[in-house]
Amino acid sequence: MMVNKRSLLLGGAVTAIAALSLTACGGSNSSTPQPSETAAQSSPAAAEAGSLTVWVDANREPVLKDAAADFQAKSGVKVDLVIKDFSKIQEDFLKQVPTGKGPDITIGAHDWLGNLVNNGVVQPVELGDKSADFQDVAMDAMSYEGNTYGVPYATENLALLRNKDLADKAPATFDEMIAEGEKAGTEFPFLVQVSELGDPFHAYPFQTSFDAPVFGTDENGAYDASDLQIGNEGGLEFAQWLADQGEAGTLKTSVDADIAKEKFISGDSPFLLTGPWNVEAAEDAKIDLAIDPIPSAGGDEAQPFVAVQGFFVSSKTENLLAATEFLTNYIGTAEVQTKLYEVGNRPPANKEAFEAAKSDETIAAFGAVGEDGVPMPNIPEMAAVWEFWGVAEAEIISGKAEPAKRWKQMTADIEKSISK
Amino acid sequence: MSLTHQKPPHSSEPEQADALSPAAKRLSTAASTSTGLILAKIAMIGIVDATAIFALFTAIGREAWAIAAVVAVITAAINVVYFKRGWLPAKYLLPGTIFLLIFQVFVIGYTGYIAFTNYGSGHNSDKDDAVMALLQSNQSRVPDSPGLPVTVLDDGGELSLLVERDGVQMAGTTEQPLEPITADELAGYTQLSFADLLGRQQEVTSLAVPMSDDPAQGSLRTSDGRTAYQYTSNLVYDEAAGTMTDSTTSVVYSDTGVGAFTAPDGTQLMPGWSINVGFDNFAKAFTDSSIRTALGSVTAWTFAFALLSVATTFFLGLFLALVFNDLRMKGRKIYRVISILPYAFPAFLGGLVWAGMLNKDFGFVNQVLFGGAPIPWLTDPWLAKFSVLWVNLWLGFPYMFLVCTGALQSIPDELAEAAKIDGAKPFQVFRLIKLPLLLVSVAPLLISSFAFNFNNFNVIYMLTEGGPRLEGAGLNVGSTDILISMVYKVAFVGSQRDYGLASAFSIIIFVLVSVIAVISFKQTKALEELN
Repeated sequence: MMVNKRSLLLGGAVTAIAALSLTACGGSNSSTPQPSETAAQSSPAAAEAGSLTVWVDANREPVLKDAAADFQAKSGVKVDLVIKDFSKIQEDFLKQVPTGKGPDITIGAHDWLGNLVNNGVVQPVELGDKSADFQDVAMDAMSYEGNTYGVPYATENLALLRNKDLADKAPATFDEMIAEGEKAGTEFPFLVQVSELGDPFHAYPFQTSFDAPVFGTDENGAYDASDLQIGNEGGLEFAQWLADQGEAGTLKTSVDADIAKEKFISGDSPFLLTGPWNVEAAEDAKIDLAIDPIPSAGGDEAQPFVAVQGFFVSSKTENLLAATEFLTNYIGTAEVQTKLYEVGNRPPANKEAFEAAKSDETIAAFGAVGEDGVPMPNIPEMAAVWEFWGVAEAEIISGKAEPAKRWKQMTADIEKSISK
Repeated sequence: MSLTHQKPPHSSEPEQADALSPAAKRLSTAASTSTGLILAKIAMIGIVDATAIFALFTAIGREAWAIAAVVAVITAAINVVYFKRGWLPAKYLLPGTIFLLIFQVFVIGYTGYIAFTNYGSGHNSDKDDAVMALLQSNQSRVPDSPGLPVTVLDDGGELSLLVERDGVQMAGTTEQPLEPITADELAGYTQLSFADLLGRQQEVTSLAVPMSDDPAQGSLRTSDGRTAYQYTSNLVYDEAAGTMTDSTTSVVYSDTGVGAFTAPDGTQLMPGWSINVGFDNFAKAFTDSSIRTALGSVTAWTFAFALLSVATTFFLGLFLALVFNDLRMKGRKIYRVISILPYAFPAFLGGLVWAGMLNKDFGFVNQVLFGGAPIPWLTDPWLAKFSVLWVNLWLGFPYMFLVCTGALQSIPDELAEAAKIDGAKPFQVFRLIKLPLLLVSVAPLLISSFAFNFNNFNVIYMLTEGGPRLEGAGLNVGSTDILISMVYKVAFVGSQRDYGLASAFSIIIFVLVSVIAVISFKQTKALEELN
């Protein structure tokens, strides 16, 4: 194929313009030169090392720039960082890889993985012994159907933020927390974002404390889409609990992410269930902050979802060797992961970097909660769950629907959508 | 470079002055007499041609024949039209026509094409890509097999892998399984440096050296040129038969024409590929029970929303225009400016701000205006519909106000005066004289406003995201969803992105809006005949 294109081009390369387009084409394709072809061999050696195109979000770009420059100095491979809006990456990656114009590597969240694999846009990355360098939860998250598809760099999970001025000890149970919060006499005993469309991600720790995970797991710990657990006994108890909390006013659908954050920052609640993304704002507001484990509502352990961010390799990359080298020997190293943590303030996935980052109390505390967490399912069936989950919770909390009935209907809707 | 190509046919151009209108004659003589203008023209066309030839070679290099053909035709058209004497209308029309083709006709055509495919989740590329991706992701490393340090060797073109197993140096290629190699033989190879590896990375990463003659033992592959792992393939592709065989269960997956490798029991291997599905998407839109119920209520609400939006904004705008047009009104200018303000507000921002103000527990409206009453403005199906219309009224009336003010001011005062002298009351003057005259100029705008509101995604999505969810729809559709926001949800939100289905919906919307527009414009012709 490549040979054809080249000879065609060479045939047409009589004018300066044709020569121009040849170099441009060769540059963007950065394809393997065929040794048998004299024309290809005459191109300079520097160009042969090729270049890697990497999609990153704006926050991560400054750190990767250093790693990229370092990598280029050592290997001669140029790394082009393309800044993308994180929320658009999955969609764009799915669309652009098949056209051959996608990047070699993209940053991403692990829960996209099932969808990416099912669309054939990513390929496995063999980390070999290096996989032991990463936290187990991160490696599990980056695995799909037995293969590892990416190099993780950070984990992210919820924890309970406590305003030490308003509550002096970490609550063990949800009821204890509410009692503590009421004692503090603030506008809200406890805050978590719910919103009119529901927020099952934030409610999940409470759901797991009723022993109602979304999916069961197989013997390897991977989620099993055929084993939907959300509608079990615990799930129904959880639904009832949601209705009770809605009635008591501890959960409100009118509280969205912004309101929850603002009210906590202004000292209107001693507790806020949130992720590391709100820590900085709370610290800026001079709140004396403690980060506690999430209290259990149903008696079992409250396990938040752990989201893992990492880098995926395109299935159509022509620079697999350079991409693998860049990911395993640069991005995966403790040094770069430590730098990434300094920018992103998330616990690094690399164990060594994580240990080093533990000197930061916030990271250590979030990391400790995350160790008890479960990876967010990365199977594509999860999308069907998201579609019906939040709305059902919101309707139950706002008292619009009868809890058990609504929860069962939600389960049926999810099952129907998955089997479609 | 391309300038030299273009000059010869042009340099012979003399003055022209035959059957042109006087104005055109003046223009053309001015153009042909001034060498500067000619040079400027040649330079501009030269730039266009250079860009086009560049695009042409790139397209040909990538074997994108359709694009190459279109570029060639357009470039030829540009050259002919602008170097040909005369053809003045064409010179004006061509740029617009080209943009129309690219930005309108192509988009509509492409949407139409997608509507007949199953492009979407799991079907987002062609069959070759699907085969490649399946084979890639079904390579699995033999459990507990160690990573072997390898060296990549070059034997005058062909690459082989060198490993040490049990103290013996072994080498092999994709065709030749691993076998011991002596130091003498080794001397005949060159070892690839890291830079060499990078230069030939596709060859290196596609090397799969069988461990032995037994294929079940798998093969060695390396993705970094330094460490190789032993892989077995779970799927085997039979290119001649076009089938995938699972090597562990021996199930054969074949291409049954549904856009994915399918086993006899109906299970499909993902990813599949995009195929033409004929009218399936359209059929699905009308027959799939969950979609059909949702489609029915959403269509009804879309019409109601569009009609009511036009009606409310028009009447409020007209009322204000009449009031502020009355000379007895003091401070008209200030009122006019204030009324136009919402128009300067981006619609999506307006939607977001209103969403905050209408929050049940914390919103300004409930807290301040209703004394803290928990009115579910955005979560009750009917109140949400009302809120959407209300916010759209707020966003939309300034436009109607502007339009009506302009139209009213163009109606001669004598007509109203004459009517008054004939004994007409003020309302009669308005109803019988001003309104009909107003409608002549405003009616086409009302129709376009209807079409705009029919697809007014911003207000719906920023305010309610289509919610609250329709009960029992089994589909992510809410009671304030209009067709276009439903299309968005089908295409970009939720579990299965289905661009094919979304495109089919878009075509349906397109047809609906066009039919309504055509009928309405016919009606407005009747209005014009009043004059």
